[in-house]
Amino acid sequence: MFGEYSLGDLSSIFVMQGFAGLILFSVYVLMALGLAIIFGQMGVINMAHGEFMILGAYVTYLCSTFFQNHLPALFPIYFFLAMILAFMASGALGMLVEWALIRHLYKRPLDTLLATWGLSLMLQQAYRSIFGAREVGVELPSWLIGSVQVTDSIEIPINGLFVMAVTVLITVGVAVLIFRSRFGQQVRAVMANRPMAGAVGIDSEKVDRYTFGLGCGIAGVAGSAFTMIGSTGPTSGQLYIVDTFLIVVFGGAASLLGTIASAFSISQTQSTLEFFLSGSMAKVLTLLAVVGILMLRPQGLFTLKVRR
Amino acid sequence: MADETEKGLESALRRRLLMGLAGLPALAVMPRMAFAATPPTSAVNTTGLAVTDTEVTVGILHSATGTMAISETGSIQSEKLAIEQINAAGGVLGRKIKVIQEDGASDWPTFAEKAKKLLVNDHCAAVMGCWTSASRKAALPVFEQYNGLLYYPTFYEGLEQSKNVIYTGQEATQQILASLDWVHKEKGAKSFFMVGSDYIWPRTSNKIARKHVENVLKGTVSGEEYFPLGHTQFNSVINKIKLKKPDVIWVDVVGGSNVAFYKQLKAAGIDLNKQVLLTISVTEDEIDGIGGENIAGAYSCMKYFQSLKNPNNEAFVPAFKKMWGEKTVIGDVTQAAYLGPFLWKMAVEKAGSFDVDKVVAASPGIELKTAPEGYVKIHENHHLWSKTRVARAKPDGQFELVYESPELIEPNPFPKGYQ
Repeated sequence: MFGEYSLGDLSSIFVMQGFAGLILFSVYVLMALGLAIIFGQMGVINMAHGEFMILGAYVTYLCSTFFQNHLPALFPIYFFLAMILAFMASGALGMLVEWALIRHLYKRPLDTLLATWGLSLMLQQAYRSIFGAREVGVELPSWLIGSVQVTDSIEIPINGLFVMAVTVLITVGVAVLIFRSRFGQQVRAVMANRPMAGAVGIDSEKVDRYTFGLGCGIAGVAGSAFTMIGSTGPTSGQLYIVDTFLIVVFGGAASLLGTIASAFSISQTQSTLEFFLSGSMAKVLTLLAVVGILMLRPQGLFTLKVRR
Repeated sequence: MADETEKGLESALRRRLLMGLAGLPALAVMPRMAFAATPPTSAVNTTGLAVTDTEVTVGILHSATGTMAISETGSIQSEKLAIEQINAAGGVLGRKIKVIQEDGASDWPTFAEKAKKLLVNDHCAAVMGCWTSASRKAALPVFEQYNGLLYYPTFYEGLEQSKNVIYTGQEATQQILASLDWVHKEKGAKSFFMVGSDYIWPRTSNKIARKHVENVLKGTVSGEEYFPLGHTQFNSVINKIKLKKPDVIWVDVVGGSNVAFYKQLKAAGIDLNKQVLLTISVTEDEIDGIGGENIAGAYSCMKYFQSLKNPNNEAFVPAFKKMWGEKTVIGDVTQAAYLGPFLWKMAVEKAGSFDVDKVVAASPGIELKTAPEGYVKIHENHHLWSKTRVARAKPDGQFELVYESPELIEPNPFPKGYQ
C-alpha cells in the first residue's frame, strides 16, 4: 500500500489528503447543516433538501450571467452577492412551503416525508421547464479558480479553501443564532416542549416558519458554494441527498455538534480510503462502518437529553 | 396518454375514410406516375404495421424527463429534424412519417413498457430510441419478441448484436483503439491512469483500453479507479494522479460526476495544456455543463464533432440551430441519432417494403453519403463503419479536430483478445 511511494511523496500525500479530507468535511457540513436544523429542531424529514440547494445554485447561475452581461466590472465579487441572494431565495421558498404544506402535517411526520418528496419532484420538473434539461455552466471569477502552490508536490485548491471559509462562517453563525440569541432560545424552547413554550407566550408557528426558512436558506448557500465544485442541473440535488441524510442520521438527529462530528468522521474515512483503495470500495466500506456503528448506537453519535 | 391514442386512432380512421371518398373521383384523372412513386399499402406492409396510403408511423423513445433528459434531449431533437427533412423531401415510399413520441423518463422498466406500447398499440414501423445501455437492455427483449426495429444512437460497450437493432453509434473498439494508437504515437504516451464511473460501459471500455495499452502499445496502466454514479468529490483521486504522474489521464466519467471531476481537476492545478487527458465521455453537450474554461486542452475521442468541416455538416449544423435555437450544441450522439431515420428510409426503399424482416435484410450494405460525420455504411453486424476522431476542447466549448483515422473503422462488437 505504501511501498510504491517515496518518503517525500508520503509526506505530500499526508498534507494533500489532509486538505482533501478537510474540504470534503466542509462540503458535508455545509450540505447537512440545513437538513440537521430542520430535522433536529422540527422533526421534519425534508426530502426536497437537495432541490433547495439547487435553487441556490441556479440563483448563482443567474447572477453570474447577469454580472457578465451587465456589470462586468463587478464580476470578481459577484459570488458574495450570489450567496446572499441564494440564501434569501431558498429561505423564502422554504417559508412558503412551510406555510402551504408542512404546517398542516406536523402531527403526521411520515406524511411530511411523502409530501416533501413530491415537492422535490415538482421542483426538479420546474427547474427543467425553466432552465432546460441540460446542465448549466456557472462561470467563476478568475481568483476562485486554480490552486495555491505550497511546495512542488503540494497544491491546495482555492475554491476548496473558499468552501471551508464559508462553512466555518455559517456554522459559527448558526451556533450563535441557536445558542446565544433570543430567537435561538425560542427555537430550543419549542423543540423541548411545544405546549409549554406556547403557554409562556412563544409564537410557535412563527418559530417553525423561520426555522424551516433558515434551514432551507442554508441549503441555498450550500448549493451556491457547490457550483464551484459540482454540476448545476435539475437533478443535481439528488447527488447530495443520500450523503446528507447519512451525516444527519449518523450524527444524531437533534444535535448540531453531532452533525459536525459525523461529517468529520465520514469525510476523513472516505477520503483516506479513497486514496488507498478505489472510489467505489471506499464508499462501500464507509457505508458498512456507518451501518455497523448505527446498529450499536441507533440514536447516532450524539443525542440531546430532551424530556419527551 | 390513453386519450391521446384514442384520439389519434379516431382521427386516423376518419382521415382514411375521407381520403377514400375524396380519392374516388380523383382516381380517374390522377396521372399514372403517382402510383409508381407510391406503391399500394397492401404491397409494402404485409405485417400489420401502422402504414396508410399517405402515412407511416415511427416511434421516438427517449427520456424527456428525469436525470437522463440532459443527454437524450439532443437525440430527440435531431431525430425530429431528420424526420422533418425526410417529410419535406417527399417521405418514405411516398408516405409522410408520423411521429409518436414516448417518454422513457430515465427509468429502465418504463422503456420496456413504452417500447411495447409503440410496437403493440401503435404498430410503429421503426423506433428511434434508447440512450443508456441499461435502457436498451430493458427494451431489447420487447423488440425481439414483437419483431420491432430499433435505431440506437449511443456509443456503447459492444458485446451485443440483435437482429432487431441497428446501432448508429460506435461500439467500444471503434472509439478507443485508434485514439490510443494516436496518443501513443503523437504524444509518446506510455503510462495511463484510468478514471471512470462505476457501471458497465466504463468498465468494459477500460478493459479493452487496458488490453490494448498493455498488449499492443506495451505501455502500463498505473491506476484504474471507479466511482459510483453521481459521485461529486474527486480530490483524493486527483492527488493520486498527481503523484503517479501518468502520461495520459484516461477518463470515462459520466453525468453530474463529469462536471465535478473537471472542475476539481482544474482547481487542483492540473493544467490540461501540459497534462494529456483523453476522454471518451465528453461531447459538446457535456461541456455546456462543465464550462469550457474548465476543460480546455483535454482531448476527446468521438466520431463526430460540431466543428467538423465538410459540406454535409455545414448544412446540418445551421439546420439544427434553425429548428432548435442558436444556443444549442450538437454532440456525438445527437449526430448519430440524426442518422437513424435516414438509414431506415434507405433500407425501406431498398427493400421496397416497411416489413421489419425485409428492412433488416436490406440494411447491411446501406451507404449514407449525406451523414454530417461523412460517409457511413451499415455492416453485416448491424453497426456502422465510421471513422474515429480525436479533438481538443477549446474554452468556447467547441472542439478542434487534431486527428482523424484515415479509413473507416470496421465495427467489431465482439473483439477477440479484448475480453
